[in-house]
Amino acid sequence: MPKDGGIGDATKRREDVRFLSGTGNYTDDINVAGQAYVHFLRSDVAHGKITGLDTAAAEGMPGVLRIFTGKDFEGVGGIPCGWQVTDKHGEPMQEPAHPVLAQGKVRHVGDPIAAVVAETREQARDAAEAIEVDIEDLPAVMDMKAALEDGAPKVHDDLSSNLCFDWGFVEDNKAATDAAFESAAHVTTLELVNQRLVANPMEPRVAVGAYNRAGDDYTLYTTSQNPHVIRLLMGAFVLGIPEHKLTVIAPDVGGGFGSKIYHYAEEAFVTFAAKAMNRPVKWTSSRSEAFISDAQGRDHVTKIELALDAENNFTALRTETYANMGAYLSTFAPCVPTYLHGTLMAGNYKTPNIYVNVKAVFTNTVPVDAYRGAGRPEATYQIERVIDKAARELKVDPIALRRQNFITEFPYATPVAVEYDTGDYVATMDKLEEIADVKGFAARRAESEKNGKLRGFGVNCYIEACGIAPSALVGALGARAGLYDAATVRVNATGSISVMVGAHSHGQGHETAFPQVVAEMLGIDPGMIDIVHGDTSKIPFGMGTYGSRSLAVCGSAMVRATEKIINKAKKIAAHLMEASEADIEFKDGQFSVAGTDKSVAWGDVTLAAYVPHNYPLEEIEPGLEETAFYDPANFTYPSGAYACEVEVDPETGKVTVERFAAADDFGNIINPMIVDGQVHGGIGQGIGQALLEQCVYDESGQLLTGSYMDYAMPRADDVPFYAVDHSCQTPCTHNPLGVKGCGEAGAIGSPPSVVNAVIDALQSGGHTVTHIDMPVSPSRVWQAMQG
Amino acid sequence: MPQVSMTVNGKPATGEIEGRTLLVEFLRESLHLTGTHVGCDTSQCGACVVHVDGRDVKACTIFAAECEGAEVTTIEGMAADDGTLNKVQQAFQDHHGLQCGFCTPGMVMTAAALLEKNPNPSEEEIRSYLQGNICRCTGYHNIVKAIMAAAGQDTSKIAAE
Repeated sequence: MPKDGGIGDATKRREDVRFLSGTGNYTDDINVAGQAYVHFLRSDVAHGKITGLDTAAAEGMPGVLRIFTGKDFEGVGGIPCGWQVTDKHGEPMQEPAHPVLAQGKVRHVGDPIAAVVAETREQARDAAEAIEVDIEDLPAVMDMKAALEDGAPKVHDDLSSNLCFDWGFVEDNKAATDAAFESAAHVTTLELVNQRLVANPMEPRVAVGAYNRAGDDYTLYTTSQNPHVIRLLMGAFVLGIPEHKLTVIAPDVGGGFGSKIYHYAEEAFVTFAAKAMNRPVKWTSSRSEAFISDAQGRDHVTKIELALDAENNFTALRTETYANMGAYLSTFAPCVPTYLHGTLMAGNYKTPNIYVNVKAVFTNTVPVDAYRGAGRPEATYQIERVIDKAARELKVDPIALRRQNFITEFPYATPVAVEYDTGDYVATMDKLEEIADVKGFAARRAESEKNGKLRGFGVNCYIEACGIAPSALVGALGARAGLYDAATVRVNATGSISVMVGAHSHGQGHETAFPQVVAEMLGIDPGMIDIVHGDTSKIPFGMGTYGSRSLAVCGSAMVRATEKIINKAKKIAAHLMEASEADIEFKDGQFSVAGTDKSVAWGDVTLAAYVPHNYPLEEIEPGLEETAFYDPANFTYPSGAYACEVEVDPETGKVTVERFAAADDFGNIINPMIVDGQVHGGIGQGIGQALLEQCVYDESGQLLTGSYMDYAMPRADDVPFYAVDHSCQTPCTHNPLGVKGCGEAGAIGSPPSVVNAVIDALQSGGHTVTHIDMPVSPSRVWQAMQG
Repeated sequence: MPQVSMTVNGKPATGEIEGRTLLVEFLRESLHLTGTHVGCDTSQCGACVVHVDGRDVKACTIFAAECEGAEVTTIEGMAADDGTLNKVQQAFQDHHGLQCGFCTPGMVMTAAALLEKNPNPSEEEIRSYLQGNICRCTGYHNIVKAIMAAAGQDTSKIAAE
């Protein structure tokens, strides 16, 4: 049994009290004295040349303070990209400029053209409508394959084409992979679309910029998952503000799912304008604006082929993917379809030959970047759909085919450049079969059929690479930053503790889970420990929260800093008890001398550190505060097996998820309640992708799904209760907590099993359909049933 | 500018408004009751649900001027004066019915209104009543469970327990 409030305890979340009583502090709740409001005039066409921009009438409108256009940003840096991919010929990707406000051309609906700053939000909005803008329409480039044809209109005139890069991975595998296909006993081929999604955290983005002329320093309040990354990118690349003059604060943030990782133009604008006008400037996105300005997710078009020998062993896997970058490169966009996707194409299977080709393409759409899972859902969906199709073609049980090809020995070096440290795919599949009640399916199907419904069962596995990431490795792969993290443990004189962490909590419950770790290590009440995050002026450094990295990377830094605290505290305790440091034992908040009854309490030692009247000042400094930076040795590799059971109404094509089960291996668990919640949420988003969600543009580049009226978010009545289990635990071998990360698993692991279940249901009804693209909407299912 | 007066969380509240001022804007900007959130602009997400004269209302869908003389309760008015959470709030904490917290005020206000009308709702009735409230974090599992628990139901037998 875990200790109360220690590692493994399902401690209730302390942050809930403020969220439940309406006393959270989200960015839009922050108002800086004297603030003005900005409204952005955005392009309503997907591609065009700005031939006229007249702000005179708008400038005379009530309350208008100043109107900014692209001219005001000549000489100011553009929004940078944080990752450079090298193509299959060894050449760097094509990297276009990304201005804060449009410079002569607009490249997607929503591209900001001008910014009106006024005394009130309404006045800014009213005045924006009075700006006269003339745009000469240019043909919009929407389809990725058409964008790559000779003579296609170019999104960026100064680039040679719309191809960002053509990437081969691993290029040296190509010949052997092609040869394995030549000699295969069976080849299964599948063409599929992993549709564009919108992350849609419930809190829209907000940014408030403030400037203090006396100190020439800036403060940016922003809805960010990583305030230090924003400080770095905006300070160094856009506005030229040194770190010590720029504070970035991300207070309570209402969800992120990736979309709040990136540095956005609006953040740079409010910071720039705050100095230019010597007034704080606030921007609050509307939801409609979020749909045309938040980076979007997925949008891959893929052909995957799986080769098998006569005994149904996988011998080779080959994929070709077109990945949509949108009109500009968002912060981490190039790494999503490459290093977060190609490296995972082995899945859970010992396929010896794998070759991945990815063509990244510019189109006249909102930029695409990481969304929950980021590359790994796209990899998992392809692998697990093509395996299911192969099983049906070969008339073998899909679970048996997977089991036969599982990796069973660890560490395992894949043909796509990563080494899985631990895992037990047989155990998670065994657990899944139990919690999904596979044996009871036949009876449930019979019952559905009695009611005139088709019932299907679908299963899939997943592997992901989390704990992003070893800095030297990602640096070699093109990352323009290190991906370590940092923590400072500040022990106060009375023994209470503030832990300043570089991770950022926007739903993950760090304020509860992180103290559980420190409390366990020190043997003290977790109520004595608070977490501080989200403010660059208070925390040492941090790369933030994404890629299921917080506990694996920042948590490891926190452990290292706490170990330093214990080491120093032992020295103080030894002095207080006039004993040798080597004889000091520390347990349950008590320092004792081995083999004696001498002991001092935690509070005695912390007080001595700050009131050093009797203290080894010649050996150690007063005070008790330690910082650690932690750079992981490898990625972590959570894995699992998921199952979905659907009913299909043959009259309407409507799919209902009747049961869903998830068996995950996250390594060690700090707070099982929070872990369950993370998996539930991921499954909800995965079912959303499988059945409901799709970001749709028309041929001219107009976004047809620009609000919750058109973009189908999953609602409470679209999903069932989920059976989740994380009792299979193979601890990570290279971080001190043995944790792997759980934030993205649900979204990665759930879409394939839903689609596999729908195909199973339809085939049980005699339909010959082998694939339906997501979202598996009633109309698509109904059309598939018509043959 | 016209004035509006109403009772908010048991206290009189008066302020100047424009005709177009929404109730949610009046609550957040004039009264600084920032617990009520705005998550969309099409009355879909439900982050702004408050109670107006005992009914659950999306505060982005009603003008402040329409609430002249009304009794309004927001999330800030749900706990006891000493901060003790009410049964719906407490059930959300006990069952991890929130993550980022942004949709939470609307969820709690909607759930409280449901239980007022239907003290013992079925799972299906709860899911149906929540159609106007979007949560992106929880997959709804623990929200539904929390509401069942707030209604005094045994939640130990649902999936995964």
